[in-house]
Amino acid sequence: MSRLVVVGHGPTSHRLVESLVAKGFAGVITVLGEEPRPAYDRVALTSYLTGRSVEDLTYPTPDGVVLRLSSRVVDIDRRAREVVTADGHREPYDVLVLATGSSPFVPPVPGRELDGCFVYRTIDDLDAIREAASGATSGVVIGGGLLGLEAADALRGLGLATHVVEMGGWLMPRQVDEGGGAVLRGHVEALGLSVHTEAGAREIVAGPDGRVAGLVKPDGETVEAQIVVFSAGVRPRDELARRAGLEVGGRGGIAVDDGMRTGDPAIYAIGECALHDGMVYGLVGPCFTMAEVAADRILGGEAVFTRADLSTKLKLLGVEVAQFGAMEGALDVTFMDPVGGVYQRLFVSDDARTLLGGICVGDATPYNTLKPFVGRDLPGSPGELLFTGGPVNAELPDDAQICSCNNVTKGQVCAAIAEHGLTDVPGIKACTRAGTTCGSCVPTLKQVLVSSGVEVSKALCEHFAYSRAELFDIVRVRGITTFSHLIAEHGTGRGCDVCKPVVASILASLGNGHILDGEQAALQDTNDHFLANIQRNGTYSVVPRIPGGEITPDSLIVIGEVARDFGLYTKITGGQRIDLFGARVEQLPLIWRRLVDAGFESGHAYGKALRTVKSCVGSTWCRYGVQDAVGLAIALELRYRGLRSPHKLKSAVSGCARECAEARGKDFGVIATEKGWNLYVGGNGGFTPRHADLFASDLGTEELVRVIDRFLMFYVRTADRLQRTSAWLEAQGLAYVREVVLDDSLGICADLEAQMERHVAGYADEWRATIEDPEKLRRFVSFVNAPGTPDPSIAFEPERDQVKPVLIPLEVVRS
Amino acid sequence: MTALREDLETIAWTAVCSYTDLLPERGACALVGGRQIALFRAFDGSLFAIGNRDPFSGAHVLSRGIVGTRAGEPVVASPMHKQVFSLATGVCLDDPAVAVPTYPIRVTGGTVEVGPG
Repeated sequence: MSRLVVVGHGPTSHRLVESLVAKGFAGVITVLGEEPRPAYDRVALTSYLTGRSVEDLTYPTPDGVVLRLSSRVVDIDRRAREVVTADGHREPYDVLVLATGSSPFVPPVPGRELDGCFVYRTIDDLDAIREAASGATSGVVIGGGLLGLEAADALRGLGLATHVVEMGGWLMPRQVDEGGGAVLRGHVEALGLSVHTEAGAREIVAGPDGRVAGLVKPDGETVEAQIVVFSAGVRPRDELARRAGLEVGGRGGIAVDDGMRTGDPAIYAIGECALHDGMVYGLVGPCFTMAEVAADRILGGEAVFTRADLSTKLKLLGVEVAQFGAMEGALDVTFMDPVGGVYQRLFVSDDARTLLGGICVGDATPYNTLKPFVGRDLPGSPGELLFTGGPVNAELPDDAQICSCNNVTKGQVCAAIAEHGLTDVPGIKACTRAGTTCGSCVPTLKQVLVSSGVEVSKALCEHFAYSRAELFDIVRVRGITTFSHLIAEHGTGRGCDVCKPVVASILASLGNGHILDGEQAALQDTNDHFLANIQRNGTYSVVPRIPGGEITPDSLIVIGEVARDFGLYTKITGGQRIDLFGARVEQLPLIWRRLVDAGFESGHAYGKALRTVKSCVGSTWCRYGVQDAVGLAIALELRYRGLRSPHKLKSAVSGCARECAEARGKDFGVIATEKGWNLYVGGNGGFTPRHADLFASDLGTEELVRVIDRFLMFYVRTADRLQRTSAWLEAQGLAYVREVVLDDSLGICADLEAQMERHVAGYADEWRATIEDPEKLRRFVSFVNAPGTPDPSIAFEPERDQVKPVLIPLEVVRS
Repeated sequence: MTALREDLETIAWTAVCSYTDLLPERGACALVGGRQIALFRAFDGSLFAIGNRDPFSGAHVLSRGIVGTRAGEPVVASPMHKQVFSLATGVCLDDPAVAVPTYPIRVTGGTVEVGPG
């Protein structure tokens, strides 16, 4: 039996092992890792400081793999074919893979050994930084590259005044040019970070306690800091290979051939420690490709690693930065918007026809649309492509790379679609791995699916062959009022967690009484079922409605008293409301009794429904305001409260063009003009932020409300499940929705308006109705056989004078 | 079959609630000897009992999931991250290496009883 030993357990090592197991490797795989924990997602390392746990970040080890942690390999005995660990253990191998990664480079600055100096690579490093940060006020990161800015973001997140010191003339010199660096600097400084370019570290000085007190720049200026993080690049960990007499490069890296094999045919090297064709790679995409190539070779294949694309797209400190292809060319076209903080530059050949590369800061749309065209004819004039920012519809060539993390081309995706009869993105992911790492190519995968002529299945789930919009019409036209009736006549089985909430939402949109009435209750997701938002420890949060964000002192006091009396954690939401966390199911009716008595209503934070209509203070108080923003926001929130929709709905009203309410980030946003109101639709924040489009201008209040009525009802009728207005608008087309809503091109506007009127007339507060109905209250018990006993697994601990959940240790049972 | 019947007679049953306390196609939770057991009443009236702890999140919430079927098999979806578990076997259908315990359950004279797992 073949014995495979892997030295190092990081993402690349994990990918190799996963691939070998998936491809049926018959031997024994032993992985020796230096760290005390199994491989974790190093790309997402910083998220560890913002709340993701080690468990969240850890990759699952495939069954049957022997993992030896805290095992540092110190020697390779090539003659005996054994590796030797620091504790003297000898592990025999038939095939050895070195995946030792790299180590942070710490320049020889005097004082670099002081307490308070760190590197940024492992979870242990982050733990140490976090501990040191509790007694610190400021920190400095040496290195303004990709990792340096990530480290700076982490220090900022820990509440430190943060400095970045970069030797080069601008930030991220490997990814962006000087112009892009200047725009990036603007973003970074706007976040409160101090940037020092053309500056290194002359010395790190200690305070009286012997710990770091500051960093002296070459110009003699001292930056006060109690924490210094070195992020000045990485060096391949090639010391084992060096000692074993394997060839290494002049500037480090274990030399490998196209099959990832070192000079010793029994030894491979992959990932950041490997040197291929004079290049060492620090990006996850090429490293994963190396792992796949090595796995294939170990299994007798002939896969080949070729020079990898170094294109990068990332979001650092909330700023999109991307670079693809070359960073120079005979000609270039630059789009620069210093106000919006956007810099985009395309490099093209001297005849301006061939795209050579590009740089984006602030908005990386060209990366998505144009990267596949590198080395090919541009699908339009460069200026037009940058200035309109519109989607590129030209057909992608077959060899265009779609997923750079997993090196998958359009041709491979098309072949998989044809060979396996794929009809959806999950299928493509399973067959090709495209879209499984960072996910940024998923929209492109959808386009390929559509353009390859596949009829994308619109079936909601295994129980209904219809889309949500079709089900909506069936329910509406046939007057169906129960799920049982609908599934008996138009579906199969008994439903699931996909179709039940969809049908519940449709029934609620069409006004079928309380969502917990009779059979409807069984269809609701846990949030709707308990009229509250489930949190990670199984408790719920409560959000009373505060229309327009306007609240009286007396009402504020009631919320404070309720939170205090029930020991709830309170936080102000982004939608100008107050969220109360940590309520157990049996406490919800008691909490709401108090809130309802004080005049509060459900805020529907738990529902796919209208959430809030945020507002600025408007012309009543603001010297710039031109309309009463608060008054309109309250009127809109009261009109649309309780409206169930395919996804959540958010809104805002700004009293002047300064837009303090951020209305253009909402599903429907209103901005005051001298003459009335401008309506914007289809905005949202979230994973894919989108600015709302101007839908209609200078409307009077009555006209505005009529247009919003129609717009919302048309969306409720026709959108897919969980499709926000932004995606729906892009699918339908702004012009089409305008025709339907403003010009009544389908002749349905009277119907849409009547439907909204029925909703407004039929509104009743869900929580009041619940606490007044013993039948509905039955579900609010901890245990059916011990209703007075609170769930013993729920516990809290103090943090910043409030409570937080004690997290439950995770041990997934694997049989 | 006979052996199974004998097993059922000899195990200790705990009465937890009346049958009508359980709503069709919805779960409830019982506390039995310190264990949280999620009880479900399926559409056809049959009962199931599985561990209430969601192994993916660690929270005790499975009784609050949506009940339905997958390829005819009665299932519950975790309300936390939507993994689907078979009510009959406790196995997670989205990740068959993971399972939750199952418990015997029966109705005697209108009273729901569960046995030790």
